Amino acid sequence: MANAYWCIVEDDRKGAPKKVMAEVLGEAGRLAGGNVEAVWLTDKTSDDGIKQLGAWGATKVWVLENAVFAPYTGEVWVPAFAELVAKESPKAIFAPVTSRMREFVARLAARLGAGLSADSVAFAMEGDALVATRPVYAGKLLSKMTWAKTPWIATLRPNVFKPAEASAAKTAQVEKATVKLPAARMKLVERREEVSTGLPELTEAETVISGGRGMKGPENYVILEKMAAVIGAAVGASRAAVDAGWRPHRFQIGQTGRTISPKLYLGFGVSGAIQHLAGMRTSKVIVAVNKDPEAPIFKIADYGIVADLFEVVPALTDEFKKLLEK
Amino acid sequence: MKIVVAIKQVPDTATQVKIGADPKTIDTAGITWIVSPYDEFAIEEALRIKEKRGQGEVIAVSLGPDRVKEALRSALAMGCDRAIHLNDPGWATADTLGTAQALAAVIKQEQPALVLCGRQAIDDDMGAVGAQLAEVLDWPCASWIMEETVDADAKTVRVGRQVEGGLEVFDIPLPAVLSAQKGLNEPRYPTLKGIMGAKKKEIKDVKAGDLGLTPGAPQLAVKNLEALPARPPGRVIQGEVKDAVKELVRALREDAKAI
Repeated sequence: MANAYWCIVEDDRKGAPKKVMAEVLGEAGRLAGGNVEAVWLTDKTSDDGIKQLGAWGATKVWVLENAVFAPYTGEVWVPAFAELVAKESPKAIFAPVTSRMREFVARLAARLGAGLSADSVAFAMEGDALVATRPVYAGKLLSKMTWAKTPWIATLRPNVFKPAEASAAKTAQVEKATVKLPAARMKLVERREEVSTGLPELTEAETVISGGRGMKGPENYVILEKMAAVIGAAVGASRAAVDAGWRPHRFQIGQTGRTISPKLYLGFGVSGAIQHLAGMRTSKVIVAVNKDPEAPIFKIADYGIVADLFEVVPALTDEFKKLLEK
Repeated sequence: MKIVVAIKQVPDTATQVKIGADPKTIDTAGITWIVSPYDEFAIEEALRIKEKRGQGEVIAVSLGPDRVKEALRSALAMGCDRAIHLNDPGWATADTLGTAQALAAVIKQEQPALVLCGRQAIDDDMGAVGAQLAEVLDWPCASWIMEETVDADAKTVRVGRQVEGGLEVFDIPLPAVLSAQKGLNEPRYPTLKGIMGAKKKEIKDVKAGDLGLTPGAPQLAVKNLEALPARPPGRVIQGEVKDAVKELVRALREDAKAI
């Protein structure tokens, strides 16, 4: 339908939409008053996946299913998607912030000659115009953005928007789209999996445990990982810890690392340098444990304990265990 | 092999950023400006490619007001051969697409085999210019790269791009655009000789008209900047560790409903 809000589907590469799509479809549904459609470019859909998108509020799922869509390459996805946009004239195009969506949506906006608000954290209608709010300077300020024309293109930060409640009564119409499929110039050589920690991805996790310089060395992160396994958290680190070589870069939280906004952030031995705070201050609940009562992180913490983290972490892990075993 | 590195000048990460008299922009008084950290990885990688091949040219390009010359001078001190400054008041409100179009126009003139940039500038945090530049040029691109090798005859580059749960390695025909993620390399510090030498290197000023461009209104505009909502005051839990920990878990479960 013309003037629909389109939500680009991020999936698990195995035919299931990621949970974050509930947030994207939920927010689009709120703004669009129901005229929400999902667009799924993939080499593999599934009936359950399409049902799930319908239950989250998509009235239609555009399916572009072809082997050329995996792995993602901008030069294949963009022309295919842009052709569909030209035919259907959506009013808005939303996607969650993930590694490939970040690049894809930027390229798409350039192809369409339209504005992109990346990593948005709120939307509001002002008259007939959409206004996006996005953090800038890694969250030191917020910037309100407006578009010169439609489609309004935006990526949405995970864990921020209220997810749509799934309703089995809602179903989506499936529309297989036919578009020209360009060949990719870039060729996949291999995919190297990280050694799985068994813990959630840092930017997707609802709970994040972070270790700073107070961890004293790489060997001590195991106590944070133990706690993480108990409460289902991701483990991150401050720049000080990453620059010291204690943790790989991909675990860095802050202005030159990942920006996170989990439901619960627990910082151990993190002093709270401004560049770290910028990356985590939109967390809903912040807990700080540090020996130094003057550590800046206490200024933004909801709960603080001034003590040695090496005493607190094992005791707290035990308490979490007791609570969750109940 | 000719390489263009697109860089941006941004406030230092330790800066307390404040909203300016015009609420669309920040107060720039007293700010220390730096080359955006991810762009330093891009510069370093370009220099390493040139050094490894024993020949080539690395050109730093940046869009922004007069102060941006300092950032370009830093790039030259690190070892870039020359610099181009896209310096035109018409670009003052350029969005990522306007910036990409300006960069693309210069790149079409220079015809490099490779364009490197940082994964995002740490001021606007949009992370879009590299991908948009590739789209305007109709080149392949890879974002958030952690490793890179240009083949012997400079026809393809093998890159590892960071994705959730791993690294995807691609062979990409040149020319291409790559954006650097932290971990790609360790940027060098300029040497004294480099700093002295940078003073003699060329920084060419380019206006929009020189590229046949007329910057228009941006597709995405800043309506205004806002301070963050203040966080509610927190509470330090006192007492022995074992009691404090119990109270913390109780508060997280019962008051904050966070676990």
